[in-house]
This record gives sequence, structure tokens and C-alpha cells, in this order.
Amino acid sequence: MWVYEKKLQYPVKVGTCNPMLAKFLIEQYGGADGELSAALRYLNQRYSIPDEVIGLLTDIGTEEFAHLEMIATMVFKLTKDATADQMKEAGLGAHYANHDNALYYENAAGVPWTASYINAKGDPIADLYEDIAAEEKARATYQWIIDMSDDPDLNDGLKFLREREIVHSQRFREAVEILKEERDRQKIF
Amino acid sequence: MSQKQLPKEFYPLMEELQVVDFVLVELTLYLDTHPNDTAAIQQFNEAAYYRHQLVPQVEQYLGPLQQFGNSYSGYPWNWNEAPWPWQL
Ligand SMILES: [Fe+2]
Repeated sequence: MWVYEKKLQYPVKVGTCNPMLAKFLIEQYGGADGELSAALRYLNQRYSIPDEVIGLLTDIGTEEFAHLEMIATMVFKLTKDATADQMKEAGLGAHYANHDNALYYENAAGVPWTASYINAKGDPIADLYEDIAAEEKARATYQWIIDMSDDPDLNDGLKFLREREIVHSQRFREAVEILKEERDRQKIF
Repeated sequence: MSQKQLPKEFYPLMEELQVVDFVLVELTLYLDTHPNDTAAIQQFNEAAYYRHQLVPQVEQYLGPLQQFGNSYSGYPWNWNEAPWPWQL
């Protein structure tokens, strides 16, 4: 089971109401390489992966939910005071027509989240390589958003999240090595 | 939407909890792939001990940090009292 904790993993601050940045950030909420995809991908892979890496998938998958909450907080704070006109100007008119200022699992282009963003091949090496690629893609997305943002408070939180992707990628690479060593040992004996 | 204002003493304590939790999540993921690192395990247990001391201090201002019996409730039931994390 999971237990919710009433706190953010890292403090989230935003400078001003800025629905345009929120529109870009939604990519990390309901996009292919976003935090929802990450959490669901890792937690789902746990059931068929060798025992050596179940703990890692559980812990990283759980941390991704903390990141999802940080992104939600950023989007919420960037849009909560936005008027219908400001939403429209920011390219969120279609979103507003359907959802008002509510959050929705969609990407920056407004495409709803779909399970086809994530994979489960059952082959541990294939699954872990997908995880490494997902972390690198998420890191790149954070970088592109930071490049477009002029909000230093928001960027502080985004840089924290970008660094977490680097750590996750590193841990998944180590998990691949652990499984390869295990496979080689089984061949020798 | 009126909500309870948290006193200024709360904020440094919450930040301290976020700091020690960062140490704990980093050590957790590291130990998941380096299970034999004694020094890291010792650091993990020290940080976990420190966290246990810190949580009641945070909860003194915030109310329950967790649910399902991991935190005690005040009277009246104060779990669903704002502010929630995104409202701070
Ligand atoms: Fe990640």
C-alpha cells in the first residue's frame, strides 16, 4: 500500500501568474515522458522483474509521485489567478473550455495521457533500458522548459527535478549491471 | 477559501524535514543498488533516527503529516485541515 505525506518533496515557488509556462509544464504532468508515465511505468514493471531490482523500481516509482505533486503544484500556482482571457492568450483556451482552471492529464499540445506511452516487455534488460531512456527524455524536457522560462523561483524547482532524473538514470544503469552480473554468474556455474 | 495560517516557526522545521528526507531518498536509491555499503547504511539509520525526532516538531504546527495511524489526531479531527502542500 501507499501512505500519503502532507508535504512536498521540495519547496515549490512561482514568481507570477503565468498560464503560458503552465501550458508547457503540463508536458511533465500528462505527457509521454512526464511524471505520471514514469510512476506508472516503474511500479507496473515490478511484478515481473527479478528480485534484485524490485526495491529500486518501487522507490523510484514512489518518488515520481512526489514529482507529479510538485508539477501539479507549479501548474496550480501558475494558473490559479488567471482569468479566462489570460488562459486564452496563453493558448489554454481549449483547455479552459473543457476544464476551467482544473488540472488535466494531458501533454503541452492538449493530448490526453494514454497507456501507450509506457511499456512492459517482460524482458528485464529491455524494461530497464526503457527506464533509462525515459529518465533521459524527462531530463531533456525539463531543460527545454527551463530554457523557455524566465521565472527564477519556478526554475529552482525545475532544476531540482532535472537533477533527480539524472540520479534515477544512474541507478537504473547500475540495476542493468547487477542483472548482467547475475546472468553471467548463472552461465559459469 | 479561508485557511489556517501557519506560524513562521513552521517553515524552517518543514525545510529541515525536506532536507533530511532528501538525504534519506538519496541513500535509499543508492542502497538499492549498493546493498553492502556499511557506511551508507549507518548514515541511513542516523538520518532515519533524526527524522523520527523531527516529525513531532513539524506536526506540532501542521497537524498530522501522515494518515492510517502513522500520526496521531488532535481534536477535532485535524487531518483534513488546510493548508495542503500546494496551498502553502
Ligand atoms: Fe525520474
